[in-house]
Amino acid sequence: MTTLESSKHPRPAADERPPFDVERIRADFPALHQTVHGKPLAYLDNAASAQKPQAALDAETECYRRFYSNVHRGVHYLSEKATDAYEEARRKVQRFVNAAREEEMVFLRGTTEGINLVASTYGRQHVGAGDEVLITTMEHHSNIVPWQLLCEERGARLVVAPINDRGEVDVEEYERLLSERTRITAFTHVSNALGTINPVAEMIRLAHAKGVPVLVDGAQAVPHLDVDVQELGCDFYAFSSHKLFGPTGVGALYGRLDLLATMPPYQGGGEMIRSVTFEKTEFSPPPNRFEAGTPNIAGAIGMGAAIDYLQALDMSAVAAHEHDLLDYATAALEAIPEVRIIGTAETKASVISFVIGDIHAHDVGTILDREGVAVRAGHHCAQPVMDRFGLPATTRASFALYNTREEVDRLIAGVERVRELFG
Amino acid sequence: MSELMDLYQEVILDHNKKPRNRGTMDDADHEAKGDNPLCGDQLTLFVKMDGDRVTEIRFEGRGCAISVASASLMTETITGKSQAEIGTLYESFHELLTGDPSVAAEAGEELGKLRVFEGVREFPVRVKCATLAWHTLMAALEGKDASVTTE
Ligand SMILES: Cc1ncc(COP(=O)(O)O)c(C=O)c1O
Repeated sequence: MTTLESSKHPRPAADERPPFDVERIRADFPALHQTVHGKPLAYLDNAASAQKPQAALDAETECYRRFYSNVHRGVHYLSEKATDAYEEARRKVQRFVNAAREEEMVFLRGTTEGINLVASTYGRQHVGAGDEVLITTMEHHSNIVPWQLLCEERGARLVVAPINDRGEVDVEEYERLLSERTRITAFTHVSNALGTINPVAEMIRLAHAKGVPVLVDGAQAVPHLDVDVQELGCDFYAFSSHKLFGPTGVGALYGRLDLLATMPPYQGGGEMIRSVTFEKTEFSPPPNRFEAGTPNIAGAIGMGAAIDYLQALDMSAVAAHEHDLLDYATAALEAIPEVRIIGTAETKASVISFVIGDIHAHDVGTILDREGVAVRAGHHCAQPVMDRFGLPATTRASFALYNTREEVDRLIAGVERVRELFG
Repeated sequence: MSELMDLYQEVILDHNKKPRNRGTMDDADHEAKGDNPLCGDQLTLFVKMDGDRVTEIRFEGRGCAISVASASLMTETITGKSQAEIGTLYESFHELLTGDPSVAAEAGEELGKLRVFEGVREFPVRVKCATLAWHTLMAALEGKDASVTTE
C-alpha cells in the first residue's frame, strides 16, 4: 500500500526525511491531553472530525475579542477589519487548493452544503428529464442524496459506478457509464469508509473527454493530500473546515469562475445582491452571489488559521508519518485472527475499516471507548458501501498527524480485549 | 473495566451467541419491524396469540450483542404472558435502564433474568440497543404490521 505522493512535495527517501516530532505537534492540540474513563485519550476518529490546534482556537477568539463586526456592510473601523480578515481567510483557502482566483472560493457551511449548492444551481440548470448524473458506490450520503433529490425533481437518472472487492472504483466501468446523457459527475477524492484514494485526475480526464463537468468531494482528502485544483482540472471541489483541524460550521467550495458566473443563486438574501427592487433583483458576481446572509465570519478566520498551521508544517513529513501509522496498524490488525480489513485499495489514506468475526461494530466501539480509544462504529454515512460488502457496520480507526504508534498499540490491545470478552 | 463486565454479563454473551426463539413464522398473528438507524440494527418480531396471551414469539434480524441478547431474553420472558403483564414488564425494564437508580434497584421483582441488563444504564448510548426489541414488541401488540424506529 502506498499513499499518493504529493505533487508539490514529493516524499523524500527515508534517510533524508526530517525528523517528525509528533510530541511537539501534540502539544499544539489541547483536546488531546485528557483522560477518558480513566485512560489517556487515543483519538482515532479523525475522519469524522479532527481536533483543533491552539492557533485555530486563538484566531477565532481573537476575532471576537478584537475586530469582530459584520462583513461587507459597515463603513466603520471594525467592519473594515473584519472584512479584511474574512477576505484574507478566503485567500488562504484559495492558496491551499491552488485555485487561480479568490472569487472561485465560496465560503459555506461545509462539504454537504457545497454539494447541495452545485446540485441545486448548476444541477437544476443543466439536468433535465432523461439525463444522467454519475457517481460511485463509495460516496458519502452527502454526495448521494443531493443528486438523488435533483434526479427525482428532474426525472433524471442517478447512475452509480461500481467498486471492486478491494474498494477501488472500476475505472473502465466508470468510463463506460459516462454517456451522452451524463450532465455532471461527482465522486469522492478519498473514501471516508474505506480509505481509498481515487485516481481523480484520471477520472476527471475521462469525464472531460466526454464534455462532462466534475465535482470532487474533497472532505477526506484535504487533511492528508496536497490538493491542486488547477492541476486536477476539476470544475468543483468541496471541503469542510472541521476535518481540516479548523472550526465546525464552515467550509469552502471551489468552482471554476466561468461556471460560477453563469450559475443562479443558491439562496436569496443579503450579501448576494447588487440591487433590489420589488420588481427585480440583480445579483452580485461570485463568490458573494453564493454567500447569502451573514457568513460564519469567525469560523472562516479560524479555518484560515488551521490552514496556516498545516502549511507551516512539512507536509511530506506529515504524510510519511500518517502512512507509517497506516502500515503499522494494518500489519498489526492483519495479524489478529478473525480480523478482516474492509478497504484494501492499492492507494489508501490513513483510514482503516475492519470487522472482528461477527462481533458487531457497536460492541467493539463501546469496549474500545472504555479503553480510552475513540473510534467510529457504524455505517459511516455510506450505507451503499456497507451493502456492497454485505455488512451492517464496521469499526473505523482513522489517523491524523498527531497520532502515535503507541495509540495504535492501544487500539490493538483493545481489539484483543474484545476478542477475549466475546471469546 | 468492571462496568464493561457488568454490561457484557455471561448471560448476555450467551444469548448473543445462541439466541433463543430466532427464526420466522408463517402464521403469526402480529408482526412488526424495528430499526435503529444509528447502528443499522434491524429486527422483525412474529407473535402468535391465544386470546390475550402470547403463546409463541420469534425474532429475526441483526444487531449488536446487547440488542440480540435483549430480543432473545425478551422472547423467553414473555412467552405465556398476558398483554397486561407484558405492559408492566416493559415499564419495569425501561425503569431499570433509565430510571432513578434507587427506584430501579427495588422495583421490578418480576423482571427476573432481565435484570442482567442493569449494566446498560452506565452506557446511555446503548440503552436504545436494549430497548429496540421491546419497542417493537409493543408496536406488534398494538397493531398489525407496525414499524418502529428508535430515532
Ligand atoms: C467523504 C465525505 N464527504 C462528505 C462529508 C460531509 O462533510 P460535512 O458533514 O462536513 O458537510 C464527509 C464527512 O462526514 C465525508 O467524509
